[in-house]
Parts: sequence; C-alpha cells; structure tokens
Amino acid sequence: MSLLEVRGLAVEFDTAEGPVRAVRGIDFTVERGRTLGIVGESGSGKSVTSLAVMGLHRGAAVTGSVRFDGTELIGAPEESVRRLRGRRIAMVFQDALTALHPYFTIGDQIAEAYREHHGGSRKAARARAVEVLGDVGIPDPARRAREHPHQFSGGMRQRAMIALALSCEPDLIIADEPTTALDVTVQAQVLDLLAGQQQARGLGLVLITHDLGVIARIADEVLVMYGGSAAEQAPADRLFTAPRHPYTRGLLDSLPRLDAPEGEPLRAIPGSPPSPLAPPPGCAFHPRCAVYAEHGSPLCTADRPLLRLVAEGHRNACALDEVTTG
Amino acid sequence: MTGFLLRRLLGIAGTLLVICALTFAVFYLLPSDPAAQFCGKDCSADRIVMVRQQMGLDDPLIVQFGRYVLGIFAGQTLGSGQYAVHCGFPCFGYSFQSGQPVWDLMLDRLPASASLALGAAVLWLLLGLSAGLLSALRRNTWVDRTVMVATIGIAALPVYFTAMLLLYVVVTVLGLMPYPRYIAFGEDPVGWIRNLILPWITLALTFAAIYARMTRNSVIETMAEPYVRTARAKGLRERRVVGRHGLRPALTPVATMLGMDLGGLLAGALITESLFSLPGVGKLFADSLNKADQPVIMGITLLASFFIVTSNLVVDLVYAWIDPRARLT
Ligand SMILES: Nc1ncnc2c1ncn2[C@@H]1O[C@H](COP(=O)(O)OP(=O)(O)OP(=O)(O)O)[C@@H](O)[C@H]1O
Ligand SMILES: [Mg+2]
Repeated sequence: MSLLEVRGLAVEFDTAEGPVRAVRGIDFTVERGRTLGIVGESGSGKSVTSLAVMGLHRGAAVTGSVRFDGTELIGAPEESVRRLRGRRIAMVFQDALTALHPYFTIGDQIAEAYREHHGGSRKAARARAVEVLGDVGIPDPARRAREHPHQFSGGMRQRAMIALALSCEPDLIIADEPTTALDVTVQAQVLDLLAGQQQARGLGLVLITHDLGVIARIADEVLVMYGGSAAEQAPADRLFTAPRHPYTRGLLDSLPRLDAPEGEPLRAIPGSPPSPLAPPPGCAFHPRCAVYAEHGSPLCTADRPLLRLVAEGHRNACALDEVTTG
Repeated sequence: MTGFLLRRLLGIAGTLLVICALTFAVFYLLPSDPAAQFCGKDCSADRIVMVRQQMGLDDPLIVQFGRYVLGIFAGQTLGSGQYAVHCGFPCFGYSFQSGQPVWDLMLDRLPASASLALGAAVLWLLLGLSAGLLSALRRNTWVDRTVMVATIGIAALPVYFTAMLLLYVVVTVLGLMPYPRYIAFGEDPVGWIRNLILPWITLALTFAAIYARMTRNSVIETMAEPYVRTARAKGLRERRVVGRHGLRPALTPVATMLGMDLGGLLAGALITESLFSLPGVGKLFADSLNKADQPVIMGITLLASFFIVTSNLVVDLVYAWIDPRARLT
C-alpha cells in the first residue's frame, strides 16, 4: 500500500468574481522513503494541492480522493483528520518568519505540537523540542529553544520549522517551497538537511517548488503542474533527460546552465500563466506553447488534453505529443 | 529597558510641561481678570489692585508660569504677611469659586469618575469582545450581519439620547429604581452598582459598538495569518487555534485602544457625568468652565493630560510584554 495516493483531486473556490478552479483533477502517489517533487509557476495550484491533502481548506469544495496509508481523508470526520495533522503528515511552510507564531518561543511551539499528539509532561515535551532542534543542526538548542522566531536568522528559522515538522515522527512531510525565502547558499544547506532527514527516517516527502534545480537535487518522481492540472509526470531522471511536454521543456530551457556559452541570456517562457477565473479553452498552455505556434492544431483548443502514458512511469498531457517526439 | 523607561518618562514630563504652558497661555490671553473673579462681585478697584499684587498677577507671565509649575512639586506660599497661606504639595492653587485647594477638589471627584470609567469598560469589553468574536467566527452569516448592523446603529446613538431613554424607561415607566445618585463603593457596594448601572450602560454602549467592530476585523485578519495555518497544520484543536494562536495577536490592538480610552475617561466623562449628575471630575470640569474657574480648569486639564500620557506608556509596556518583537526598542 502506498503511503499517499491522490486521485482526481480537485479544489474549487467560490469567490466574489466567480468560481476559481484552482486544482482540476490531479493524481499522484508518494511511497515511503521517496520524494515527489511538484513543480510549476506561481498560481499553478501547488499550495492549494498541499493544503487539500492536509484537509486545511475551509470554505472550498474539495473533491476526489486522498488516501493516506489506506485511509480516505476526503469526507472523513474533521477530528480524525486533525489527529493525523502534525502527527503523521507534517508541513513545512515557505516563510518561517510568518509561519511561526511571533508571540511564542520556538521551543514552546514545538513542544505544543508534541504534547498535543503524545501527551506527557510539559518538561518531556520541552526536552523533545530541544532534541529535534539539535537534530536539525541548531547549535546550543537548549538556549535557542527559549528564543522567539524573530531572534533567529532565516536559515535557522527554516531549520526550526523543519524541527517542528519532525517533532512528532511523521510518516509524510509536505514542504511547500521550503527554501524560496532563503539566500542561495542557505537554500542548499536547508535542502540537504531536509533530504538527509527524509533518508534517515525513511519518510515520504512532497517537495513543492518552482525551481527545477531543487527538483533535480532531491526528487525521485516529478509532477509538473500548469494551470491546476498535471502537464507531465515522470521519474526525475527521465524528466531531465527526456522531457515531453512543451511546458516542461520551456522550464528546463529557462534553467541557468553551467555549460551555456557566456553571455547567452536565459530563455524564460514567454507570456504569463492563465487567469484562474477565465482559463483559455482546451489546453491551458496553448497560448504560450511554441509547438502549438508552429504546428497549431484544433485539438489544442478543443479539449483539455488527457495524461497519457508515453513510457514506463512517464505520463504527458499534450495533444501534440507525437509531433514533439517525432 | 531602563534606558527606554527613562527616555519615556522624560518625554512624558516634557509633554506635560508643554500642555501646561499652552493652557497657561490660553488663560493669559482670555479677557477675564482672575483678580476680579477671585475678589467677588462688589469689589472696590483698590481691593482688586491689592488682590492682583497678592496673586502675583503683575509679575511677568514667565515668572507666574514658573511659580505655578514649581508649586505643583514643591508647594508654594500665596500672599504675604497675615494673609499668607501655604499650599502644600501638590499645589494646583485654589478654586475661585469655593476657595478650596484644586487638588482636594479633584481628589474628591476622582472616585466617581474612576467608578464610571472602569465599570463601563468592563461592560463594553464583555459586550464588544464577545460580539466581535462571534461575528468574526461566524463571518458572513446572518449572525455577523445582525451584529454589524446593530453596531452601526448603536454607535450613532447620541449619549444624551441613550441616557434620557434609559432614565425614562427604567426609572419613570418601569419604576425599577429611583433616580440614580452616586454612592461610594466603600459605603455600600450594592448601592454603588445599582446606582451606576444606567451611567455604565450609557457610556459603554458606544464603546461596545466600536470595540465589536474592531475585534471582528482584527480577529478576521489574524485568523488569516500564516501562523494560524501552521497551528492548524500542527493538528491543534480549533478551540486552541483560535484561543491561543489567533486571539492573542488579535486582541493586542484592542488592548492598546482600551488603554487610550481608559486614560481619557479616568479624568472624567464630561457628558455622561453631567447627564446623571455624577460628582465626577468631568462634572467638576463642566461646572468650572461655566464659572471660568481658571485654577480648577487648569488642574483638570493637567490631570487629564497626565492620565493620557501615562496610559500611553502603560500601553507600550503591555504591548512589549505581549509581543516579544516589540521588546527590542
Ligand atoms: N482561498 C482562495 N480563494 C480563492 N482563490 C484561491 C485561494 N487560494 C488560492 N487561490 C487561487 O488558486 C490558484 C492556485 O494558487 P496556489 O497558491 O496553489 O498557487 P501556487 O502554485 O502555490 O503558487 P506560488 O508558487 O505562488 O505559491 C491561484 O490562482 C490562486 O489565486
Ligand atoms: Mg504556493
């Protein structure tokens, strides 16, 4: 049984301007000890997906299936989902400065989660907080546990956020852009820490990012999202060596490369992400798609392309798949 | 911390000095002659000259001002020879009307004002916070809309209208109690409450409406903060998420406002006290204004300023105590 199995997950918000279909039916699976990278531009529905798995959407229509360790979470009683949160599925948020509570000490915030799920004395929970802070490489953890988030540097704060996630020994960690707010060098350290802990503890990890470089570093599988749908899904090594979807190719082309001739500009994908209120008909990517521009097909504007198996474990949602690979 | 306190206290002293100077200047510019005031109706020109001399009104303004300020801290002797009176610390001079020390007059009236302000504050906090919280947690439901419409209506009610309506219904029509009169708490606690209930409601209603709206907005805002989402992601119960992680930051601005409002009200709620004939500082102020009783007006102005600047300091200290990020300054 897989640790996490998501099928046909869709999230729709009712807004004043009309319904927003932020996620439009995506599937993915996370195994124990493996890392799934979810990549996509801003607004592609990555965070909405992660919050849907946690059952943290309030006032949004969430449909489809989220099975965690065999248990269906969608439609499950709030109380039973609450018991999983933090305890078996933990989250690492992007900006630890705003995601940690400004009024409470780091130690308090970790101990609070631990006591909620494991009970025991305040003292034991504090000791546990100091222990995990040490685990994530925070020097002098006993002293730092008594400090507030604003007294931490950005990197240390993100480590503390990871410590909070690890404190209850979860089976799955969902990290939503855990390094976006950090300096490049600190980014690498925090990423290595996350990957290291994941390996050491055999956790499932969902790593959300808009940076393919991060994916290349630690992901086993990759889900490329565009406009709330999956554009392409593949094992990481395949995605980098044999990308199929024009959007994935565009993302790869816009990566800075060490072997690029000096002075060659980065090629960003032209155009901007689709409006969530009025997405283009057919394939959401076609207005920006280089292949569509060249081989324009009515297929691209008629229906949303379905994900099709193109190789072992590799799926692509492009009506012009034959053209691109041919 | 000590440096911060010291700086703030100096700032307070400076502010009070400036306010004192301004009030002093205003009275100097007024056409009324304090000597004539003090002397009474049938006062000969000769006597007025004598009184002017005795009161030091012929001295340059700056000297008079210095004497006044010094007097507050060190006391002063007014007049000379057999007419000399010593006015001890803290000396705010004597009322032209009653001849009593201003300080004693104010001290006398303070309990009624404090009773009114503190009791009303308890009432408006209970009403405002619970209505605001309920509205925020039931956002966009009929409960929320009802509360919000009600607050607009209540906030628009003039104080004198509320007071008259309450008196008419409770005292005249229903006869639930006699016309309220102030009874000191120490004398009869139950009587104190019974007689203050109508003034409390009158004063509290407007504040309750404002506090309800403020609490609602503040709670809605904080409940959308990332750290509240984190609290949920930790698997905490919703009660704890709201009570511990959401409410504390949401109430910080409310606490700040409470400090300011209380500071302003301690030195008297002018209209409410007058409407209910409560012997408070506000009533004293209104009466003194009518009679142009300069020393009393000066004294109360300074007392009110003192309460306001001090409550500002208290608010800042409380703020630093609840929000660790504010501690660095
Ligand atoms: N509470 C909400 N109400 C209405 N629309 C929402 C809400 N939350 C998200 N959305 C919309 O859903 C879409 C997807 O948002 P999401 O936050 O998942 O993007 P993302 O991929 O995480 O982007 P980023 O890289 O900027 O974090 C966006 O268009 C956003 O406007
Ligand atoms: Mg996001």
